[in-house]
Amino acid sequence: MPFRRLRLFLLAVACGLPTLCLAQSSAATTSSQAPATQAQIAALQQSVQSAQMSADNAWMLVSAALVLLMTGPGLALFYGGLVRRKNILGTMMQSFAMMGLVTILWAIAGYSLAFGHGNLFIGGFEHLFLRGVGLTPNPDYAATIPEQTYMVYQLMFAIITPALITGAFAERMKFSAMAAFLSLWSLFVYSPMAHMVWGVGGLLNANGGHIPSLDFAGGTVVHVTSGVSALVTALYLGKRLGYPHTNMPPHSMVLSFIGACLLWVGWFGFNAGSALNSGPLATSAFINTHFAAAAAALGWTIAEWIHNGKPTALGAISGAVAGLVAITPASGFVQPFAALFIGLVAGAFCSFMVFEVKSRLRYDDSLDAFGVHGAGGTLGALLTGLFATRAINAAFGKDVPTGAIDGHWGQILNQAAGVAIAWGISIVGTLVLLFLVDKVIGLRLSPEDEMAGLDLSQHGEEGYDLNS
Amino acid sequence: MLKIEAILQPSKLDAVKDALLEAGIEGMTILEARGHGRQKGHTEFYRGREYTVDLLPKVKIEIVINDDLKEKAIQAITSAARTGRIGDGKIFVSRIDEAIRIRNDERGESAL
Repeated sequence: MPFRRLRLFLLAVACGLPTLCLAQSSAATTSSQAPATQAQIAALQQSVQSAQMSADNAWMLVSAALVLLMTGPGLALFYGGLVRRKNILGTMMQSFAMMGLVTILWAIAGYSLAFGHGNLFIGGFEHLFLRGVGLTPNPDYAATIPEQTYMVYQLMFAIITPALITGAFAERMKFSAMAAFLSLWSLFVYSPMAHMVWGVGGLLNANGGHIPSLDFAGGTVVHVTSGVSALVTALYLGKRLGYPHTNMPPHSMVLSFIGACLLWVGWFGFNAGSALNSGPLATSAFINTHFAAAAAALGWTIAEWIHNGKPTALGAISGAVAGLVAITPASGFVQPFAALFIGLVAGAFCSFMVFEVKSRLRYDDSLDAFGVHGAGGTLGALLTGLFATRAINAAFGKDVPTGAIDGHWGQILNQAAGVAIAWGISIVGTLVLLFLVDKVIGLRLSPEDEMAGLDLSQHGEEGYDLNS
Repeated sequence: MLKIEAILQPSKLDAVKDALLEAGIEGMTILEARGHGRQKGHTEFYRGREYTVDLLPKVKIEIVINDDLKEKAIQAITSAARTGRIGDGKIFVSRIDEAIRIRNDERGESAL
């Protein structure tokens, strides 16, 4: 009965087909559902990432602006008030000139020399003229902000660092020589040092460097380099005419006061911004920054009260700045009470450097760039090795001790090595550059110009024209 | 005609000005000045450095008056400016030959 078999077969097929079809269609449904879910997850991840980038980027752009505020008007006012009246504009112009010059140099080569891949000591040339520095993050440095944000944030550090040096040679260097010297310094001292500490593959980089040195926001990169270079410059240039026999008191403590307070506020961008995101680490750095400044203002004031019998306004604000300097390398690594301690010690120590050491050794570090930034930066970098703890920032890994307080005493040696390298590159680099600029342009004002003041002799203006 | 020059503590300027007006002396010239007599100066501290400031801020009042107002003017200044401590200042009196009002060429005492 072949027909019957055939009919049975057809029946079976007829019955089976829908089942098969059903199976097929259900398979098709699941497979069409799966991509939809994945796409949803991907979209969700995308929006989480974009929300995080927006949050981090907002804070980092504000931080960058805060760090610029430290140079102009912060440092310009702080230093401007400390000089004599005839030098106010010239002194402020030195800071302002860095805002212009270093920006241009940074875009052309500075950023690449600091943050390009390069070698142990200096970055490469791949980012010359900001090539490849776009709006997507560079995970080597900051995975949640556009690389241009990172670039401009770092630029603000590169601006303030040479501007700090101007305090040491106040009232006696030619504007042209200053511009040439500090431009070269930015490229040949700052960028290499920034690369060694923060650049990928740098010698002192905390993540994978040969000597992992902790520097959260630039204790060595900014303050040791500028402070030590300041000392070298003051020694190379010699004293101001009449120093120390002639009175050279600050001409406006009010300006200095405003400047110092702006520095304090700006420093939140400097340190808390160095978390490179707006997460809890930024909070930690923010609080440490504030605590250290307060404690150091107290430390300096007490030291001065004992030493001279009066708590001066200049002492209080100088102390605050010294504390801000000292906490800079430690701000993202230590507990709040360690920050208070670091601040207190820094205030007393820097006042000692300024009161005693400077007058004993008789150098004319006119506005105490070394006494505050060099000494405070060195102290802060070493104390970072003592107080850094993985409870705040597991810099070397979750279960790896960070500083001496975690049991890793060797970190103090790493910190000392970082400090020594910063001293070395600053001394050698500054001496060579000063020598070159001295030969080509001549560093020092003529005695007549120095007597007339920077404002008239260098700029043909006066800061205060009370007759107009 | 007499010229009275009085060197005063800056903080006493308003009191002296009022006392002179009360004494009927209406014109005066005020100069901001720096100087010292026996008071010498004071010391200031900036970052641990001691500065001796020996020229202190002062104000100088100049008035030119009729001879008969002399004692009244001196009385007004001394009573308003005196604290009894070193640094209260000094008064100098000198003779004036001529006074001319620029506006209308009036001369002598009527120009005062």
